[in-house]
Amino acid sequence: MEKILEVENLELSFHTFAGEVKAIRGVNFDLKKGETLAIVGESGSGKSVTTKAIMRLLPESSSEFKNGQILFDGKDLTKLTDKEMQKIRGKDISMIFQDPMTSLNPTMTIGKQIMEPILKHQKLSKIEAQKMAIYLLQLVGMPQPEQRIKQYPHQFSGGQRQRIVIAIALACNPKILIADEPTTALDVTIQAQILELMKDLQKKIDTSIIFITHDLGVVANVADRVAVMYSGKIVEIGTVDEIFYNPQHPYTWGLLSSMPSLDVQEAKLYAIPGTPPDLLDPPKGDSFALRSEYAMQIDLEEIPPFFKVSDTHYAATWLLHPDAPEVTPPATIIERMKRFPSSRYYKGANGGATK
Amino acid sequence: MAKYVFKRVIYMILTLFLIASFTFSLMKMLPGSPISTSSKLTPNQLAAVEAKYGLDKPLPVQYGIYMKNMVKLDFGTSFQFKEASVTELIINRAGPSFILGIQALILGTIGGIILGMIAALRQNTAWDYGSTLIAIFGISIPSFVFASLLQYWIGVKGGFLPVGLWENGWKSSILPTIALAMGPLATSARFIRTEMIEVLGTDYITLAKAKGASGIEIAFKHAFRNALIPLITVMGPLAAGLVTGSLVVEQIFAIPGIGEQFVKAINVSDYSVIMGTTMFFSVLLILVIFIVDILYGIVDPRIRLAGGNKQ
Repeated sequence: MEKILEVENLELSFHTFAGEVKAIRGVNFDLKKGETLAIVGESGSGKSVTTKAIMRLLPESSSEFKNGQILFDGKDLTKLTDKEMQKIRGKDISMIFQDPMTSLNPTMTIGKQIMEPILKHQKLSKIEAQKMAIYLLQLVGMPQPEQRIKQYPHQFSGGQRQRIVIAIALACNPKILIADEPTTALDVTIQAQILELMKDLQKKIDTSIIFITHDLGVVANVADRVAVMYSGKIVEIGTVDEIFYNPQHPYTWGLLSSMPSLDVQEAKLYAIPGTPPDLLDPPKGDSFALRSEYAMQIDLEEIPPFFKVSDTHYAATWLLHPDAPEVTPPATIIERMKRFPSSRYYKGANGGATK
Repeated sequence: MAKYVFKRVIYMILTLFLIASFTFSLMKMLPGSPISTSSKLTPNQLAAVEAKYGLDKPLPVQYGIYMKNMVKLDFGTSFQFKEASVTELIINRAGPSFILGIQALILGTIGGIILGMIAALRQNTAWDYGSTLIAIFGISIPSFVFASLLQYWIGVKGGFLPVGLWENGWKSSILPTIALAMGPLATSARFIRTEMIEVLGTDYITLAKAKGASGIEIAFKHAFRNALIPLITVMGPLAAGLVTGSLVVEQIFAIPGIGEQFVKAINVSDYSVIMGTTMFFSVLLILVIFIVDILYGIVDPRIRLAGGNKQ
């Protein structure tokens, strides 16, 4: 499939009073046409920063690209001027934000806010733009769009506002849509509705989507592929099935184990011990090693490279090294792997072929 | 909207009534009377004069008469200027004060907004520090000091603008206006800077950027209106500050305005002029606050006036 976006070895730092925070430390991924890539990870893992870096929405005064490139449409987005970037934002790449309660301008009618990118990027008259805005509101399931475009954000509920934000993002038929935790700030029933809408839109439009979330339930629902981020790095990337049923990185195991599930009846939900590392001074080796019960000596000394699990599945853990000792993943993970017959751990657990 | 305005007018009348009553009692509590300053009178003459002005009647009766006349916009006659009607005095004197007040308010807020915007958009640069410096001077130097400095440096030393009085038309108003505007200018500059910086950090500004809006569009189309809301809140107090400020500035520049007359009237206990001027200032302030409230609704759609049109 055609690659629409390639992020290569991206490194980005924030300059703070405390020193240089290495928020992104060598991120590689690509996005294919029409697919939905989910980026998951806990707070502070760099998932939002990565996407904001793609959009170049980070404050220029305090953030700095250290290395790498973001290739879109043959251009390296890290090198573009502000003016060039303005032509891409909202037109080719657009974004849905986390909190719909604060992401709309309170003193501007929503009609104007939806029309803004249309008027900016397309050669349409005001009347045509308004028609387009009404159409977009219909598309995102807003009743009575003709009347509602004259209203202000405070006259809408949280779920409706997120629909409006989605309409704004879709206004110019973007090639890439970045959804930065679009359901996190919503209550559960509304979350389900917005997810339903997103899935519905996925079918209607051929936009590639980067979906950031820390909710693995959401990932299973919408994504084609999943990238797991931890402390500014991608630690594992693969298709949804590969990540959910054949995870390789201990961090992914931890994430999946801490996800409540209907079929596993355990008294206590698992929580990953410890806290993420301080990115002012990132650890030397595998940054997850200090929190991992599977850590080996080499994890503390050297950063693991990506090991290939399959053509689509890569994980950065020394456990995949041929010399690594045999380990047994947590019970819930083994349970998952039973649905993935080719998993090496599954076979191992059955006493079958070992390496 | 009409219902709201009607309600507000009722409240305004009520407020004025309270202010009038309060000022009346405060003034009567002051020692001395307009006549006692000229002590050459015999007791008989004194009684005759008191009777003439109705000062011999019991206080409640005086109050009743006063309130009755006030409704008819008759504030009586001045004690110091023979037989001049207070209403006329105020009207004759209001012109210069009004011009000064309006000019200072416009210069202060618009100048302040420009200064604040520059500071916010060029945060932590020489522009920002310069504007901060001006604002600090404006807040910390009282208007009378500033007025004297302007008089000396521009009026006397420079000689290009009149030092005082109200005889050179618009030119005479320049220095007092600047002296008067410094306070509001500084206040609004600080307000706009703080608010702009806060607004520029909000999610909806990031969304506007994500739409592809340029820096100028973001500053003026999206941020400015939102940053203006808190400034409107302090416009009332700012206008009040101008009124009190003008009392002093008019004295310094010897401008025949209301403020100057007011201070003189207090010195000689000219009851009717004090009352009349107080009421005049009160009406002015209440009107400003009313206009501010209406402006609020226009700038911020979330503040729909009670009984207003709910869409």
